[in-house]
Amino acid sequence: MKPNVKSLENRAEQVAPYGDPVPVSIGHVERTAEGVWEKRHVKAKSGYLEQEHILAYLLVAPALIILTLFIAYPFILGIWLSMTDKVVGQEGHFVGLQNFRNILQSQIFLQTVKNTFVYTGVATLLKLVFGLALALVLNHHFKFKRLVRASMLLPWIIPTVLSTLAWLWMFDATFSVFNWVLLKLGLVQRGLIWLGDPQLAMVSVILVNAWRGIPFFAISLLAGLQTISPDLYEAADIDGAGSLAKFWNITLPMLQPVLLVVLIFSVIVTFADFQVVYVLTRGGPSNSTHLFATLAYQVALASGRLGEGAAISLFMFPFLLLIVIFQLWYIRRER
Amino acid sequence: MSVGETFTKRLFCFYLPLFFFMVLMLFPFYWMFITSIKPNKELYNVRSLPFWVFHPTLEHWIYLFKKTLFTRWALNTLFISITSTAISLVSGIMAGYALSRLNFKGASIFGTGIFITYLVPQTLLFIPLAEVVHNFHLLDTPWALILTYPTILIPFCTWLLSGYFKTIPKELEECARIDGATRLQAMIWIILPLAMPGILSAGIFAFTLSWNEFIYALVFLSSPTEKTIPVGVVSELIKGDVFFWGSLMAGALLGSIPVALIYSFFVEHYVTGLTGAVKG
Repeated sequence: MKPNVKSLENRAEQVAPYGDPVPVSIGHVERTAEGVWEKRHVKAKSGYLEQEHILAYLLVAPALIILTLFIAYPFILGIWLSMTDKVVGQEGHFVGLQNFRNILQSQIFLQTVKNTFVYTGVATLLKLVFGLALALVLNHHFKFKRLVRASMLLPWIIPTVLSTLAWLWMFDATFSVFNWVLLKLGLVQRGLIWLGDPQLAMVSVILVNAWRGIPFFAISLLAGLQTISPDLYEAADIDGAGSLAKFWNITLPMLQPVLLVVLIFSVIVTFADFQVVYVLTRGGPSNSTHLFATLAYQVALASGRLGEGAAISLFMFPFLLLIVIFQLWYIRRER
Repeated sequence: MSVGETFTKRLFCFYLPLFFFMVLMLFPFYWMFITSIKPNKELYNVRSLPFWVFHPTLEHWIYLFKKTLFTRWALNTLFISITSTAISLVSGIMAGYALSRLNFKGASIFGTGIFITYLVPQTLLFIPLAEVVHNFHLLDTPWALILTYPTILIPFCTWLLSGYFKTIPKELEECARIDGATRLQAMIWIILPLAMPGILSAGIFAFTLSWNEFIYALVFLSSPTEKTIPVGVVSELIKGDVFFWGSLMAGALLGSIPVALIYSFFVEHYVTGLTGAVKG
């Protein structure tokens, strides 16, 4: 490439002889026939924006401001709120750890803790097993492969509350389509009250959460499956390994990194879930399906006790922190 | 697939499981559709076959458009999603570029911070955030969501794009700079065009996330005319114990169609956004 004489000349002219700060404007740059960058309206290359760290700070500023205002600040405000007796429309007073003490003694909260762990554990397990199975099925070659793969992701992409409404209708006490099938098959004498019975309600919310999350596991794991070299399977074939042996000794170990990331992400989202329970049961019957988020919502917004609600939300924090620390540790170790 | 694979094996290992998953994953959508075009006489009759419609009707759809604020909610959702996606994309491109290309003090802390905020669920902060939004006098306006959705979107846009920028060879930029382009010009005219696929993935994913968001919209908006589709359908179409199942399902279906359409046009980009955002 030719030395860029023209631009050097320009710069020589433009270096301010009087030591004035050099104004920088971003003009348009055109590539001329000789393949030389010609700058128009650009006064100098030595402005503030050429200093790496200044440009960097300017570039991260918008993200930093938004995240500080609407994540860091609310987080600190939340800790403060949780130590006050603030009620909607009134000034709150500092009450120390009183909210936390009250919450820990409440039966509903203890029930909620248990619910949340059952919900997260069982739903994640279902998503893992069925998501992996779906990924293995979709990894075959078949007609309309792209169309089928794309349609399998639908439960994950459409608004959760809207698809959950369809499930609410399918679980309807009188017109449940599941009951219609069960009755016709003669499996039950009378229709099940899906959302009215504590145990069945828990089963229902877990099923819907799993239904929504399976595609996410499947697509992420499918992406992982496709990075496994076919050579490994061919080598195993030569050694006479069966399908099961190949699955345990090749597929699972090779999937492990993706699997772990997807699991962690899913555990966080499920643990902090709100929408499925809000639409299906609102935490009922008799608090048997309340999660941290739905209980916090009920206390803070339905009853107006903001301080106590903020404290309930914050109970999620230690668990989430543990997961994040684990993940950061894992990422460092991988590098 | 080995050559000697028999049909029976393929039936049990592939066709039956595939059929099972197709029914499991897609039945609710069929159910929404069939419900939305059933007359009430068939809808609320335990004896009629639920899987079919004998006298299809558009009454629920007409009700949705004529008697509810659905179109208003759709416009609100569109405006909020586009604006917050634009804000997040611009901030994400800038921050992602800085993280992947520039040396600055605090870069690693900023990167870790972005990663952590990416994992903060909305339900952890919605109560104090409502206070913040209230203090800024933004409650019940679209700006309550336009300014808070980026907290969900910026972290993954930044994360995804900084990963994408790293895959573009540094030499391209260096050539441009030797030829006299400034850093900013090199970024805008060399890197951004090459990063278009990544930007598109981030944008599509951000748009669907803000279209689908529920809890902030539920908490920060209260007037029926300000609501977004997910909140409007759930809170305004269900009044007390009276459910208009036909129009509810029509609304649920219609509220899902825009994201489903965008997704079907950009499947590959969406999947990149999804897996990229997860893997980082």
